[in-house]
Amino acid sequence: MKLSAPKPKVPGLLKGLGVTLKTMLTPAVTRQYPHVKPDLAPRTRGVIALMEENCTVCMLCARECPDWCIYIESHKERVPPATEGGRERTRNQLDRFAIDFALCMYCGICIEVCPFDALFWSPEFEYSTYTIGELIHEKERLREWMDTVPPPPPLEEGAEQPPELGAALERANKERQAALAAQRQATEQAARGGPAGPARGAVREDEEIEVEAEVDQDVYQALLAEGKSERVARARAKAAYVRKEKARIRAERAAAGGGA
Amino acid sequence: MIQVVSLVGQASAAALPSILDVSGNLWLDVALKVVAIVALFLVAPLAIGYMEHKVMAHQQARFGPMDVGPHGTLQLVADGVKFMQKEGIVPRAADRWVFGMAPAVSLVAVLVVFLVIPFAPGLWAQDLDLGLFYVLAASSVGVLGVLMAGWASANKFSLIGGVRAAAQLIAYELPMVLAAAAVAVQAGTLSLAGIVEAQATSLIPGTSINVWYVFPQFIGFALFYVAALAELSRPPFDMPIADSELVFGFLTEYTGIRFGLFLLAEYAGMVAFSAILTVLYLGGWQILPGLAVPGCDGLFDCRWWGTLLAFGVTAGKIAALTFTMIWVRATYPRLREDQLQRLSWLALIPLSLLNIAVVAAAKVVL
Repeated sequence: MKLSAPKPKVPGLLKGLGVTLKTMLTPAVTRQYPHVKPDLAPRTRGVIALMEENCTVCMLCARECPDWCIYIESHKERVPPATEGGRERTRNQLDRFAIDFALCMYCGICIEVCPFDALFWSPEFEYSTYTIGELIHEKERLREWMDTVPPPPPLEEGAEQPPELGAALERANKERQAALAAQRQATEQAARGGPAGPARGAVREDEEIEVEAEVDQDVYQALLAEGKSERVARARAKAAYVRKEKARIRAERAAAGGGA
Repeated sequence: MIQVVSLVGQASAAALPSILDVSGNLWLDVALKVVAIVALFLVAPLAIGYMEHKVMAHQQARFGPMDVGPHGTLQLVADGVKFMQKEGIVPRAADRWVFGMAPAVSLVAVLVVFLVIPFAPGLWAQDLDLGLFYVLAASSVGVLGVLMAGWASANKFSLIGGVRAAAQLIAYELPMVLAAAAVAVQAGTLSLAGIVEAQATSLIPGTSINVWYVFPQFIGFALFYVAALAELSRPPFDMPIADSELVFGFLTEYTGIRFGLFLLAEYAGMVAFSAILTVLYLGGWQILPGLAVPGCDGLFDCRWWGTLLAFGVTAGKIAALTFTMIWVRATYPRLREDQLQRLSWLALIPLSLLNIAVVAAAKVVL
């Protein structure tokens, strides 16, 4: 079978010359890159940045990395209890976090899997080096890239605010209102010429009392006799000790304040 | 070649004088001419090479060289320095002497063509009565350099490239010579300056407008142009190099300054063939048919600025022709080897025979 194409109006040889001539006369689209910086899309994936404060050393990124190019080292650290009578906690302290960009294939899986928002894409891309070893970026370098991460894109029109953002905003608002109220009160009192109220000073003192938690042996024995478990008994005994101590200190201070 | 030189010696007595004959002292004149020709030979290819870089780049929607000098103008100078710095590697099995001489043969073949090209009134090193014959003979020697390179490299790809070049020479020498012969028939002279003169004096009957030979012999012009591309191994006739088939053909084993010399020979060859086309078909240094160069009385009697202007006109025509060669290169894909031979033997040679027959008949009748 012979395929017959329609005969072109202009011979192909001349048409080809026309194409090249036309291309020559239209401006070239080449960007003069080192002299003229490229205008990249805002969410360009150039380099991976690490928000070190957010990292909990959960190792998810390192385990999901298809190239095994993330190196994480850490040790455990004891943290004093957050609440009185609480238990000492252990926390992972990050020692080393490095990404070998010579191995990285920029798939972004580490950023996808990070549950704590510690890894981000940064649009920076000019970090080529003369030696391959320099392509391993340690956590200090990765933290520096964090400064180049653009803010998240604005929410869509009419979108619901994320709950954590809403809560944070509400708290900030409340604090600002309180500060404003306090300022107004202070100016009013200054106008009246009276001294600051003593009640507020007492409250502040109460908050400042710090007590080293110890087990109150009487309460502990009583609770054990009641049949509570050792753990619960110890916790409650500690709490009772702290309460008793605080009450004692408060009474002492009140006596000293009254004496003065 | 030796015969040609002896013929040249006999013929030079009757030739038109050159303005470079200033002192009357033969050796001083010769030195002056050699310096002028070599300077032109070294500078013109730089300009043409730069044009090739830029024109091809823009036809491919690029910028080409931009960093060396303003808009990359010094790129080829930098390349030349680079070629000189590089090690000249000679393959162990290569025929050292032939291998080393091949670029020189290619280069000298083009250099000697420059001697007879009339760039402006009196602006030639030597006007020969046998100028056209001399040019065709000398330019064919360039292919010998290619064949030498291909043979001496001790590389099968180089050898195939060299043999292809030889086959190409045989196929395309014929239409080129026949086309040039038709010009000689119409002009009645083989002197290049004489051919320019003949074009300036061949008037359309009843008018004072002269005709350049491109108009009556357009087929001859096209034949010569295509054959020149093939002689130069320029795309679409670059089968001797054919990077997709033969690595780099006869240039495969060449490095450093030897490679640079081959490159120089190619660009100088483009200038030389464009100049010959200008002289044979485009009226030499005439601006337009019927329009004399300002500053000149007639064709050969020019003041100094008239001569400069005439040189500019010739250079402009040469640049325009080389532009078309680059344009063609950027547009057309390479022919296959059998297509190349078919084109020459089945199309160009019959056409050129027809062309010369018609021109000769017209010469006799008119």
